[in-house]
Amino acid sequence: MLNFDQWDGFEGRLWKEEINVRDFIQKNYTPYDGDESFLVGPTEATDKLWGKVQELLKEQRAKGGVLDMDTDIVSSITSHAPGYIDPEMKDLEQIVGLQTDKPLKRAFMPYGGIQMAEKALTEYGYTPNPELHRIFTEYHKTHNQAVFDAYTPEMRAVRKNKIITGLPDTYGRGRIVGDYRRIALYGIDQLIAFKEEDKLNCGSGSMKGEVIRLREELQEQINSLKAMKEMAKSYGYDISQPAKTAKEAVQWTYFGYLAAIKTQNGAAMSIGRVCTFLDIYIERDLAKGIITEKEAQELIDHMTLKFRMVKFARCESYNQLFSGDPVWATIDLAGIGVDGRSMVTKTDFRVLHTLENMGPSPEPNITVLYSSALPEKFRRYAAHISIETSSIQYENDDVMKPVWGDDYAICCCVSATQTGKEMQFFGARANLAKCLLYAINGGVDEKNKVQVGPAYQPITSDVLDYDEVMDKYDKMMDWLADVYVNTLNLIQYMHDKYYYEAAQMALIDTDVRRTFATGIAGFSHVIDSLSAIKYAKVSVIRDEDGLAVDYKIDGDFPRYGNDDDRADEIGVWLLRTFMEKLKKHHTYRRSEPTTSILTITSNVVYGKATGALPDGRPAGEPLSPGANPAYGAETNGLLASLNSVAKIPYEWALDGISNTQTVNPEALGATEEERIDNLVMAMDGYFNQGAHHVNVNVFGKEKLIDAMEHPEKEEYQNFTIRVSGYAVRFIDLTKEQQKDVISRTFHAMM
Amino acid sequence: MENVIGKVNSVESFGSADGPGIRYVVFLQGCKMRCKYCHNPETWALEGGEEYTAKDLLAKAMRYKNYWGKNGGITVSGGEALLQLDFVTEFFKLAKEKGVHTALDTSGNPFSMEPEYLEKFDELMKYTDLFIVDIKEMDEEKHLELTAKPNNNILDMIEYLSNHDKHMWIRHVLVPGLTDDEEGLIALRKFLDGLNQDMVDRVQVLPYHTLGMIKWDNLGIPYALEGVHVPSEEQINRAREILKAI
Repeated sequence: MLNFDQWDGFEGRLWKEEINVRDFIQKNYTPYDGDESFLVGPTEATDKLWGKVQELLKEQRAKGGVLDMDTDIVSSITSHAPGYIDPEMKDLEQIVGLQTDKPLKRAFMPYGGIQMAEKALTEYGYTPNPELHRIFTEYHKTHNQAVFDAYTPEMRAVRKNKIITGLPDTYGRGRIVGDYRRIALYGIDQLIAFKEEDKLNCGSGSMKGEVIRLREELQEQINSLKAMKEMAKSYGYDISQPAKTAKEAVQWTYFGYLAAIKTQNGAAMSIGRVCTFLDIYIERDLAKGIITEKEAQELIDHMTLKFRMVKFARCESYNQLFSGDPVWATIDLAGIGVDGRSMVTKTDFRVLHTLENMGPSPEPNITVLYSSALPEKFRRYAAHISIETSSIQYENDDVMKPVWGDDYAICCCVSATQTGKEMQFFGARANLAKCLLYAINGGVDEKNKVQVGPAYQPITSDVLDYDEVMDKYDKMMDWLADVYVNTLNLIQYMHDKYYYEAAQMALIDTDVRRTFATGIAGFSHVIDSLSAIKYAKVSVIRDEDGLAVDYKIDGDFPRYGNDDDRADEIGVWLLRTFMEKLKKHHTYRRSEPTTSILTITSNVVYGKATGALPDGRPAGEPLSPGANPAYGAETNGLLASLNSVAKIPYEWALDGISNTQTVNPEALGATEEERIDNLVMAMDGYFNQGAHHVNVNVFGKEKLIDAMEHPEKEEYQNFTIRVSGYAVRFIDLTKEQQKDVISRTFHAMM
Repeated sequence: MENVIGKVNSVESFGSADGPGIRYVVFLQGCKMRCKYCHNPETWALEGGEEYTAKDLLAKAMRYKNYWGKNGGITVSGGEALLQLDFVTEFFKLAKEKGVHTALDTSGNPFSMEPEYLEKFDELMKYTDLFIVDIKEMDEEKHLELTAKPNNNILDMIEYLSNHDKHMWIRHVLVPGLTDDEEGLIALRKFLDGLNQDMVDRVQVLPYHTLGMIKWDNLGIPYALEGVHVPSEEQINRAREILKAI
């Protein structure tokens, strides 16, 4: 059994025998069921530092979205000299460490793809370094190049015609959450020792492909751990040993995360479930009297401040998919332990309180792991913060815990992963609405008028027949699932080979479980289209080439979003059918296939590439985001909409079901007290039905319109809204996306 | 009585204004008043609406019981709910069997002190936990001008409810230059003072808003309050003070 002086006062045994942060947490945390009255305001140092960061953010916006970019250094864990928010105020920073040597300066990260990395530079007026260009084209292949070397013509076609979009073939796949807490609990040296031991025990001695690969990966991981130590040293810290104090625990944990974001530019770079863990250290220091509440809050504020500053160099086409410069630095709060105890600690309150101490912010992506069994005072405080800031999201712990246990983290927007036990292969999404059009048109793309899918018989009748459509749709989905899974297999293979996440994987068990995350776009539109075909009369309008390009609907039909089983059951059928098709296929590294109903802001881009649909949605219009009902479909109010979404079984969409709702403050209740009551009741009612996720926005349409027209107003500089699975500063969205957000349903009562 | 059919204009699953807590609000079809500030003119027509039996509508409403907690429940509004009194009685009777809190939002226009009517009304009272009643105007002439209907039977209803120990919320829509004269407000407060104070749970001033205007337009009805502004914060506060309202 291991023993360190730094563990003085900690209970438990198992976590000393093996790496087991969960066991450490369960044996040592202090549940808190009180209210927020213990919280304190920001320190002078926090005000100064946040003030400085706000100035920098303003400057960044004035410069067109990027403050500074590195052109000459290839980012690695140790590539840059230490960076500070302001060298003059260096001593005020309780928690240190930046991605580069300067705040908000974006690193050069070519391993995902040199073309994209250079494009990001040139689009913002920077000149790529010719020497690096030569190295990454002549001497070293990047992930992007490797994928395109191996793509089949069919894969290129589905990608080009956007029936599959947003694939991580030009950038990091992300979504891998290292267990950064391990550094604080065990220290780097012990982690290296464990990995060395794993390497010795790797395989029986016969060198098969898998064993060779694992041995190589383990050495990469060990190298990363050593590099982390070196990086920490440059900031004046020795992280070879476990953390002694709360401040060290926060700092050590953050260094682990920093190593990840210095080496990977994945779409989602999440932090994980660190609150309950860090609270144990804070409680110990508070009990010893070596810190005060003010200092504890300051630690959390400064840590959060760092998460607010994470940036990657992105090019324009990327920003259209993921608008507003998001990084999904997702941090998780609350949840209920397997033993039934609430995992809410004072630090969960402290993290929420950062939104009051430093105002609203899109990052970190604060996620409350919700259950109606959480302490009431915490639920009310979270609701209060939602009403004030629209900056947090909620996910149902009651449905996730049976699948992932009580130490899972959200690894992107809504997707759960067991901390330190699991990694995920992120795989974007397939456009099932477009697939329906392919079924009608015999595999011909309705926009580009080329044969993309298999040349099955198209539908030739003037009025769509439900059975015929369903039969053809089923076959077209077979094809799509096949090409989709295979494309992802190829991408993930190349990513492992050319852009391996050594830093994160070093903080995950060697015997890792892998999930294979697929996704669905156009969910509500398929439901409404099939419902229209079934319950109303849908006539086909064809162009001169006989291609179905528009539809005319006569009569009413039930629409998804009104708690009407006739429509909602089509949604359940769709999810189950597509998931079953995906499961039939071989998935890379024996990963377990999952799927999500989640689109991020790419619903706008997907919509642009999708023709008119039989539900009446015109060609080119944005699809509704995630699992949200279509615009204007909801005619029975918020709860009817929530009830519809709640019917989608989480077990069939383990990668997450995203739902974004916006409520006018007046519609939520007459007084602040009533608004909190009603929001808590609405969430209890929704999640108790087994629903998975909700983004809560509380503001009126007028505010958005005003913010769009007057982005310069001071009040809008940090005005944050939740979109599908993340939060953004509204003024950082493209005009097109702002309009899309404004056009969505606002729940207001007359 | 079991098979009485209700005509429903629309429903709102997340009502937070018409009764305590979260409410499932049913807007019934049909109203005979023609209030100049009406924001639901689409409910005026006596015909139309989706038809429901009380049982079916309740089944629909019960899908939301998860959200109601200790306070919430069902509110029937309109249109004028009392025009479908038998249906509402049946609906609330079934709701009470399931322990659901019931509220009726009415203008009182169909109310009458005729014994035959009262017999039915008494039955409805049995199953109604809360009455939400508008007093649009105390002066009879002005009321006629504002709503095209007299107010004496409305005031009768409120007194009747008070005398029968029924809980009430009283509302007054505040329209500048129309329903905000001091004399009228004082008269209204005086009327309220005459009621059983234990039964008046809430007095509310509802500031006139123009959000309903577009609906008049859509229906091709000339808007009666063209050019009238919404009340200022000051005007609202003054009215609230006089009425001892929130």
